[in-house]
Amino acid sequence: MLWRIEIKHKAGVFDSLGEGIQKNIVDLGIVSVSKVQVHHIYNIAGDLTEKQVRMICKELLVDKITQTYTASADQTSSPKYSKKNLHCVEIAYNPGVMDPVEHSTIKGIRDLRDCSKLISSNSLLGIETVQSVHTAKKYLLYGNIAKRELNTVVEKILSNKVLQHVVADVVGEGARPALAVNKKSIPIIVSLIDASDRKLMQISRKGQLFLNLNEMKAIQRHFQKRKQNPTDCELETIAQTWSEHCYHKTFRGNIEYQCSENGKTKTKMVRNLLKSTIVKATNEINKSWCVSVFYDNAGVIKFDKDSNVCFKVETHNHPSALEPFGGANTGIGGVIRDILGTGLGAKPVCSTDVFCFAPPDTSFKDLPPGTLHPKRVMKGVVSGVRDYGNKMGIPTINGSIIFDEKFVGNPLVYCGSVGIMPKDKVKKKVCRGDLVVVVGGRTGRDGIHGATFSSGELTDESETVSSGAVQIGDPIQEKKVLDALIQARDKNLYTAITDCGAGGLSSAAGEMGEELGVRVDLEKIPLKYKGLSYMEVWISEAQERMVMSVPAKKINAFLKIFSDENVEATVIGEFTGNKHLELFYDGQAVCNLEMDFIHGGPPKISRKAHWRTSVVKNPKIDAPINLTKKLSEALGHYNVCSKEWVVRQYDHEVQGGSVIKPFVGVHGDGPSDASVITPKLGSKKGIAVSNGINVRYGMIDPFWMAASCIDEAVRQIVAVGGDFERIAILDNFCWGNPDKPDRLGSLVRAAEGCYKTAIGYQVPFISGKDSLYNEYTEGKKSIAIPGTLLISAIGIVDDVTKTVTMDFKKDGNLVYCIGETFDELGGSIYWDTCGFLGSSVPKLNMPQGRKTFTALKNAVQKGFIRSMHDCSEGGIGVALAEMAFSGGFGVTARLDNVPFKKGIDRNDTVLFSESNSRFIVEIEPQDQKNFERILKGVPFGLVGRVEETSEFVVYGLKQEVCVCADINDLKTAWQEPLKF
Amino acid sequence: MKNSVKVIVLRTAGTNCDEETAFAFKSFGAKADLVHINKLLKGTVSLHDYHILALPGGFTYGDDIESGRILANELRLHLGEDLCRFIGEGKLIIGICNGFQILVKSGILPGALNAKEKKNHDSSQKATLISNDSAKFEARWAHLKVSGQSVWTEGLEDVVYYPVAHAEGKFVTKDPSVLKALVKNGQVAFRYCTAEGAKPGYPENPNGSTDDIAGITDSTGRILGLMPHPERYFLFTHHPYWTRLKSGRDKKFGQGAKIFENGVKYVKNRLIK
Repeated sequence: MLWRIEIKHKAGVFDSLGEGIQKNIVDLGIVSVSKVQVHHIYNIAGDLTEKQVRMICKELLVDKITQTYTASADQTSSPKYSKKNLHCVEIAYNPGVMDPVEHSTIKGIRDLRDCSKLISSNSLLGIETVQSVHTAKKYLLYGNIAKRELNTVVEKILSNKVLQHVVADVVGEGARPALAVNKKSIPIIVSLIDASDRKLMQISRKGQLFLNLNEMKAIQRHFQKRKQNPTDCELETIAQTWSEHCYHKTFRGNIEYQCSENGKTKTKMVRNLLKSTIVKATNEINKSWCVSVFYDNAGVIKFDKDSNVCFKVETHNHPSALEPFGGANTGIGGVIRDILGTGLGAKPVCSTDVFCFAPPDTSFKDLPPGTLHPKRVMKGVVSGVRDYGNKMGIPTINGSIIFDEKFVGNPLVYCGSVGIMPKDKVKKKVCRGDLVVVVGGRTGRDGIHGATFSSGELTDESETVSSGAVQIGDPIQEKKVLDALIQARDKNLYTAITDCGAGGLSSAAGEMGEELGVRVDLEKIPLKYKGLSYMEVWISEAQERMVMSVPAKKINAFLKIFSDENVEATVIGEFTGNKHLELFYDGQAVCNLEMDFIHGGPPKISRKAHWRTSVVKNPKIDAPINLTKKLSEALGHYNVCSKEWVVRQYDHEVQGGSVIKPFVGVHGDGPSDASVITPKLGSKKGIAVSNGINVRYGMIDPFWMAASCIDEAVRQIVAVGGDFERIAILDNFCWGNPDKPDRLGSLVRAAEGCYKTAIGYQVPFISGKDSLYNEYTEGKKSIAIPGTLLISAIGIVDDVTKTVTMDFKKDGNLVYCIGETFDELGGSIYWDTCGFLGSSVPKLNMPQGRKTFTALKNAVQKGFIRSMHDCSEGGIGVALAEMAFSGGFGVTARLDNVPFKKGIDRNDTVLFSESNSRFIVEIEPQDQKNFERILKGVPFGLVGRVEETSEFVVYGLKQEVCVCADINDLKTAWQEPLKF
Repeated sequence: MKNSVKVIVLRTAGTNCDEETAFAFKSFGAKADLVHINKLLKGTVSLHDYHILALPGGFTYGDDIESGRILANELRLHLGEDLCRFIGEGKLIIGICNGFQILVKSGILPGALNAKEKKNHDSSQKATLISNDSAKFEARWAHLKVSGQSVWTEGLEDVVYYPVAHAEGKFVTKDPSVLKALVKNGQVAFRYCTAEGAKPGYPENPNGSTDDIAGITDSTGRILGLMPHPERYFLFTHHPYWTRLKSGRDKKFGQGAKIFENGVKYVKNRLIK
């Protein structure tokens, strides 16, 4: 029987959810909705008596203090109705999408069983009879709302077609439509060995293998040698392993690179871009504290005498474009699993998230068809991160949000995670005879390309194709896996572990069995629902699963730990030693491949790339005499302004290690540089985490973008007092289509910038990631994202009690500008506020930068520095303003004392140039001599003084006042733009 | 370890502040065990071997249905007798954030409000914690005015500063009489306030709680539940602007430490002979 329970607030109880939705509706420009109420619907299928249902409601589902409910087995009432001034819409999840609440609700109902006082004895057994729980939300919209407006609200705020649908009629909704069952013979053989080229490409396209002709031919040759045709599963496994996502064909391939600079054109062959730039730098730098680099799921560096830390940043761009909440949610879930699967498993200690969106004030009419509004994308992404991170209890300590119109079709979502592990748990080695165990979530059709849901609602082609690719994560499942696996790790109960990410089991088991060979019995894998074909089981990207290799004699102890934590763990096969990948389904062989062939990789691809210097020139604009307004505009620029609305939704203090928070200062609302935590309770040793990203520099020259990003990430750690010598970095390239030579050319150019800067600073890369093909095609027009490099940095801090923050501390203190300012307004915020890009992009003097970083570290160690902030976007002007309003003090500063390149004669250049390796530092007057002694060899200038009043005054090069403002006004300018 | 103060930090799926809560108790010499509820349910661990029950923060069972509800039911329906005995023996309970939600939704807090309820062993749910008025998760620091009489809050400064991090922290009572009784009995332990201790608006009161209530005790003061996280201002360097507090560079503890110290001290002085 199907029971429908509808829960609503009692009269007089504030409906915050409804209120929030109403506000969002007003944001859309629809003013006719005066009030929104939300009712929670539970559709419970099972053999239940009315008495039992009442008990379930009273004891579990309904908060007696604030809610009331109705329960009925009557299925005639329709949830969708409209009468004058009241419209009801009910939204439910699509078939195949995990209902996030189902699992716990069934558990909660089962718990009611033992309570003999509450239920009569004859219903004791009834509570075990719930078959399914499906939730929905019913929205009551009050007001005289036009049909068109209602549709807009449903589409833009209340639901996302990829996951949800409007319930047309309640009948049958609880027992959701059954999913398609694949009833094909086993195994399916693909006629490949005699296929023509045309046929080969047809096979690739039809199977959505994304393999090119060369690759298909290599596969054909292999099977011709074997004198048999492949099964569909064999072909699919090869396609997964050889995919751009798993194999990074672009970075490993050959590139004929043409570089046109200063009128000269040079051509060279790049063989394996990754090895010849990023990895090469790390090898040459050769730091002893790099423990495991470019090998495991995450890069591992030494932390203290007992432990290592690991760091990984992933992207989840495409799913986030389609379903921002689910995409970001599973994105962070995925990168956390990378940490769980590094070495023999690390414990995640913090997260960092960086997003790129189109501006939130983009007008609806400027949106390309099929894209979501950037504000909605942003809110969804933030909620997705908030949900997963907060629920797993991993503090989100750092991040950044960048806005540019070109991200309209392809928002970028970078999710990073740091973990800690005992130093003897870095190495994993699968042994012959070890059992293959899958733990965590069950397997469903999640993330199977071209998923074949039988769903009436999904008619549009693109949505059908993508529907399987987007899911909602289950952070509690992953937390349980974490709790169990750390115990199993510490008891040495397994020999290797990896996460199920892209490619699902096919990648995870395939990777772990690469050296020995592996046999998997696919029918043993626990499923969410019946009807999956063996191949779907094999390539499903269902979330929250890990694969581990467990010695047979330890399997019982292993399974007990997982069962004690209520985590499903299932033996699904064995590592054999015959160097084959063998898959069986109900005893029938469905795949038998040589590991050497799969992991030998596809034939190298060859591509052309070219890079040409930007033709954009510097603008010629008059220097305004009064720069106050320009400073306000820079502070209010979307890339600069406060992201507090976002950050306050993230738990950034859970785990008890917080030292420097994302927001600092006297009111806790000033933007800190790097964040610092102590990953071990009771220890003063910490880590600092920061990010460097700037797409506007890349529009001028990706080489210098890379250099600036590295400088920014590094100097943020220096700014909190971190040790420049103990910083490791991660690269993360998000680019357009690499088949197009100009996109690939700029990628090569950026990678070269990475190499040169890493060497110059002796800062090693320890891990990285690339996400290519970020283009949105609309008819014949294609919008590519600007090539976006994210550099994430992690630094080891020996004593966190010596760290410093960026807020001015005391009036009367001296303010210094450290590092030289050049005429480098190209790509700056200042020019952007004037409508220009320019060409004079900030460059880097690395020997000078190193000297500066070292001097400042020494000054921090000596305790001279009261506050420090790096100059980045918005230059000295923005840095000074942020320090002033964060500390609640005014400042007087003189631009003529700023150390700047000879020849600069404009106030705006000095105030807003974004030259690298610069800092503003506050010290106490009595430390002046000692501080300046430490700075020997570093350009510096005593530029001003912290003032007791709230006046922010800057004198120009001719000692004239060029900025005069109240810090509270500057703060408002900085806080307003993203105060949703 | 016969004479040691023993703390059970109860955890289950989704608990996530267990380690720092245990760390806080351990720092004052207690022995703190992280125990999965399965062990209590199966009887492999007994609640009665402990002096303090700590329900830490987190999202037990994902806060599905509503925050704390499922674990509250497990405690109430499966471990009710053990808990009654534990409380009856004068032992201590603290619930922080999700732990507070669990204590309220299981009826353990505020507990019996008058003699009649005490006599009837009334453990019905009299209050609840619902979605913040802002409809958002709020991670921020809040000033709290300390009141009432509880072993846990003894010796705290008049106004303390702790962080909150929750989406469902709005305290609501069943009816005005419950609120009245709480106030009369001195069961209100913490109220949100401004830095100066005055009546707060948003965001000083981050969730819209009735009467700005952030934490309450039972009538004995031995059971404390609060939304803010004292274990997150356990160390001096947890403070959001500790770098401004000059004297602090050598200071170790923050204002939250006192609560844990109080608990441990009470057990030492009163429960262990």
